[in-house]
Amino acid sequence: MSTILTPALTAHWDDPTSFELETYRRHGGYRALPKALAMQPDQVIQTVKDSGLRGRGGAGFPTGNKWGFIPQGDGKPHYLVVNADESEPGTCKDMPLMLANPHVLVEGAIIASYAIRANRAFIYVRGEVLHVVRRLHHAVAEAYQAGYLGTNILGSGFDLDIVVHAGAGAYECGEETALLESLEGRRGQPRLKPPFPAIAGLYACPTVVNNVESIASVPFIVANGASDFAALGTERSKGFGIFSLSGHVTTPGQYEAPLGVTLRELLDLAGGVRAGRRLKFWTPGGSSTPILTDEHIDVPLDFEGTAAAGTMLGTRGLQIFDETTCVVRVALRWTEFYRHESCGKCTPCREGTYWMVQLLADLERGAGSDDDLDKLLDISDNIVGRAFCPFGDTAVSPAVSSIKYFRDEYLEHRKHGGCPFDPAASTLFAPEPTR
Amino acid sequence: MALTEQARARLAPQAAEIVGRYPRARSALLPLLHLVQSEEGYVSEDGITFCAEQLGLSEADVTGVLSYYTMYKRKPVGEYHLGVCTNALCAVMGGDAILADLAEHLGVDVDEPTPDGKVSYEHVECNAACDYAPVVMVNWEFFDNMTPAKTRDLVDTLRSGADVAPSRGAPRLCTWKQTAQILAGFPDDQAAGGHTAGEPTLAGLHLAREQGWEPSA
Ligand SMILES: Cc1cc2nc3c(=O)[nH]c(=O)nc-3n(C[C@H](O)[C@H](O)[C@H](O)COP(=O)(O)O)c2cc1C
Ligand code: SF4
Ligand code: FES
Repeated sequence: MSTILTPALTAHWDDPTSFELETYRRHGGYRALPKALAMQPDQVIQTVKDSGLRGRGGAGFPTGNKWGFIPQGDGKPHYLVVNADESEPGTCKDMPLMLANPHVLVEGAIIASYAIRANRAFIYVRGEVLHVVRRLHHAVAEAYQAGYLGTNILGSGFDLDIVVHAGAGAYECGEETALLESLEGRRGQPRLKPPFPAIAGLYACPTVVNNVESIASVPFIVANGASDFAALGTERSKGFGIFSLSGHVTTPGQYEAPLGVTLRELLDLAGGVRAGRRLKFWTPGGSSTPILTDEHIDVPLDFEGTAAAGTMLGTRGLQIFDETTCVVRVALRWTEFYRHESCGKCTPCREGTYWMVQLLADLERGAGSDDDLDKLLDISDNIVGRAFCPFGDTAVSPAVSSIKYFRDEYLEHRKHGGCPFDPAASTLFAPEPTR
Repeated sequence: MALTEQARARLAPQAAEIVGRYPRARSALLPLLHLVQSEEGYVSEDGITFCAEQLGLSEADVTGVLSYYTMYKRKPVGEYHLGVCTNALCAVMGGDAILADLAEHLGVDVDEPTPDGKVSYEHVECNAACDYAPVVMVNWEFFDNMTPAKTRDLVDTLRSGADVAPSRGAPRLCTWKQTAQILAGFPDDQAAGGHTAGEPTLAGLHLAREQGWEPSA
């Protein structure tokens, strides 16, 4: 079998002390940092541009270009903010990364800060992950002791302080401008763009906001060269990324592979859908990415391939559901999530998600009608493109995509006078089907 | 409950340290709210006043911020607070069954502590551990691949006062108040301990090792 998995970020996670500085160094860590500090900051930016790295937080914006937007010689402080809020349903890569190897993130953050001429960086981590918060504090403290943080880092004259900042529970704080509001001590509601954070971010100063995995990919790129990274992946989606398989698979977990890998390949590695069952539907990258079905098992999981299939790559949080699962139940539950997490700033999203939940709940109970399906799609049309931030556009994905592929299943609920599925059959602790 | 003078005196230097981490004081508000929660287990009116005073904000301003975030409580919860993930994937994998069973077993409402003050629960959204679904959090530590029976046993053990270790997390579970100290940015000494990576975390790595797959040729 040709190489399918490419463990770079995940390479040493099985070392019992993988999170310690010494262990990271033993496996080659903190070798990119002196190399970067010996380069001009603009050369570092160019290297990241050359690698083709695109943001790993969902939107896929080229990381080097984002860094390049930071104005130089403007006399203002610059900031790096690492987005470690990971709350998109299905997404579960940044947390294991920071538990197992927080130093690769710290090293990446130092290099990124140097490149954008920032002397302060913040790691905004969601609060509901206590051990991750501990590990981040520990890694930052170790990095200070080793002289990788503080003043005159490795004799370069470059100074950097990193603060670990724990959030307090709000999905919308993952949106970059809402995150900045939250980091400034306010409700996590988004700001109007433009101006983009690169011009007016934290405290109205030039700021780069990057996902954990984006920043953690930087040491590899600097240490091995942009071409080693760019050699992997596809034409416009370069490099490797962590694909997280969850749900009804034999071996759920983290699979680091070049972008462009397919679900078929990943499922082969993960032992397939759980015993005696078959694939029904799945999300390529979190609940915000429209669902796909077993027809899409060969879609290349890169930015272009997923877009061509009518969805998005998102965060590569692949949630797999087999035929025991009611798609209406799942769409309702995700829509309830969006209603709950809507920040309330704009009417289409705040009110629209509320009404979508009412309609979906009726449909699930078997009390809905054909008209309700059309009404749902109509409300969705009135949210998409009219919401203040991308949250609204993606909040309709579960309903719209499930109606597209499973319209009949919605109507089954009415014929059946309720949900025709047995929820016990879809649980982890359900017995294997007898054949 | 009221924030006593002694408590205020104890919290003041910690508050000053938090404020000192940031270029602008107001950025300290979320950690300060975690800090007052570490004292009282929730954010009381006194806690709000304390935060407002530290930052020169109005109490209304502080209240407006705190009410946005789900991790701050306005009433006491248990010493061990459970979060059962019932986002779609965990719900389907058994989270709904766990939550229903737990509610019946404990006989208390959401966020309401058991009469001994030991345990409370709520449902939570996706906690970034879907590869271990269904997931239950206790004081924001991971308990992976749970079942209704395992969750009952877990709360019974917690109520008995015996030590409990999470699936992935610190060797010793912190109390709810200690947890808030760490979130305020004052970590305990447990970072180096505990279990880091269960089988799902390492699934791809193990396969790649067997095959000799690496990122660079
Ligand atoms: C509602 C919403 C939630 C988001 N949550 C996250 C998140 O938890 N983590 C993340 O890195 N990006 C998240 N994003 C994307 C960020 O806004 C931003 O694009 C990203 O942090 C940029 O980093 P990258 O270019 O390295 O991907 C979210 C976006 C939206 C609209
Ligand atoms: S779309 Fe509007 S209401 Fe929804 S999260 Fe964004 S700003 Fe808030
Ligand atoms: S859905 Fe429960 S942890 Fe993600």
